[in-house]
Amino acid sequence: MEKLIKILIRYYPVFLHGLWGTLWLAAATVLLGTVLGLVVAILRMSRIKAFNTIAGIYIEILRGTPILLQLYFFWLMLPKIMPFKMTDTGAILVALIINASAYISEIIRAGIAAVDPGQWEAARSLGLSEKNVMRRIILPQAVKNILPALCNEFIAEVKGTSLASVFFVRELTTAYKTVQSTTFLAVQPLLISGMIYLIVTTVLSWAVRRLERRLKASD
Amino acid sequence: MIEPIIRTVDLHKSFGDIDVLHGISVDIAAGEVVSIIGPSGSGKSTFLRCLNRLEEPTGGSILFKGEDITKKKNIAAYRQRIGMVFQNFNVFPHMTVIDNITLTPILEKKIPRAEAEAKAEALLARVGLLDKRNEYPRKLSGGQKQRLAIVRALAMEPEVMLFDEPTSALDPEMVKEVLNVIADLASSGMTIVNVTHEMGFAREVSDRILFIDEGIVQEEGSPDEFFTSPRCARTIEFLSKVL
Repeated sequence: MEKLIKILIRYYPVFLHGLWGTLWLAAATVLLGTVLGLVVAILRMSRIKAFNTIAGIYIEILRGTPILLQLYFFWLMLPKIMPFKMTDTGAILVALIINASAYISEIIRAGIAAVDPGQWEAARSLGLSEKNVMRRIILPQAVKNILPALCNEFIAEVKGTSLASVFFVRELTTAYKTVQSTTFLAVQPLLISGMIYLIVTTVLSWAVRRLERRLKASD
Repeated sequence: MIEPIIRTVDLHKSFGDIDVLHGISVDIAAGEVVSIIGPSGSGKSTFLRCLNRLEEPTGGSILFKGEDITKKKNIAAYRQRIGMVFQNFNVFPHMTVIDNITLTPILEKKIPRAEAEAKAEALLARVGLLDKRNEYPRKLSGGQKQRLAIVRALAMEPEVMLFDEPTSALDPEMVKEVLNVIADLASSGMTIVNVTHEMGFAREVSDRILFIDEGIVQEEGSPDEFFTSPRCARTIEFLSKVL
């Protein structure tokens, strides 16, 4: 306990730095993963069979293989195929975004599917173009279904990005490794990192539940 | 003879193995008010929904002012000329009353917002909803939602209005306020195709009644001859149950 407090006092900037890295990685992953996921979801729902199939395979591969394996893959491949210099952090972020896009596309698809079919029919019967039906009628209503699930995805990513520590990307689990290797103490920094994760996810979960209640109330 | 505004020729529709429409050929003249009645599951709603291709017919054709719209790629352009009102209102819950009405005219007909809103307000006044202009639909009663849905369709200045059991989901005390709006529309010369269970109303406002059962038109005629001296055995049986 004494050691734990000492480490905390001495190394708190390292942990804070790591926490910042974790939040930043998770936020970038979910935000850009949502943009990419929306594209994948639209392709998946396309009436053009080829788009539909390609998006389906994309989702299957990313959801059907371990994320750590995907991180290794992109970490190895991206620097080779990119014309510019790709940092480890860059490669890992891209990998996280691509992985998240598969899950998020399914969140979006489910959110769209949950919109009352009568809304499609009414919008189409007025003569709205398919693009406007989607943009003006369906998506705004689907957002209510999608938003809480996306926030939960963010919470999952806060924990999931710990895998980036394998590649020494700056985040909270890497902070643990850093402190561990300088102090030769394993358990205490592990507990500190764990506590920080727990506090952050608990606060976020509480915020998501509040958001869900508010969205429900506005129905 | 004047060309009908809508003509269906041997219209067929099946969902997988289930045949719902077995060849319906109907002409609807401009300004005519046609009510379609029949038992549940008879295909009457499916027929109506084929007219603007919310359901894709599996055979036959639909002519809108002589043009076959069955194979048209840009069906949205035709839908702008064919208004539709649904049983469950399907108003847009995330938009205010006025935005529900002006959305499509502004987006698809490129009408300036001020002009679209002025017209929407006139329509709202006509159905007694002007005071709800800035409300969201969740604040409206069923009858008010349905009147909004009618106004939303009218704002596109359609040449035909399709009603799909417009009062079936309403509490009894709200049926009349919606029927009054439809009756008012009928007397203004709008072409109306109305799928309904309201026999009294159908008899009152219609120029013609179509009785559809088992996917075909079993009988058609003027309201008086249809309700007082039906010829077809199925019609007689149906009317004996509902009247």
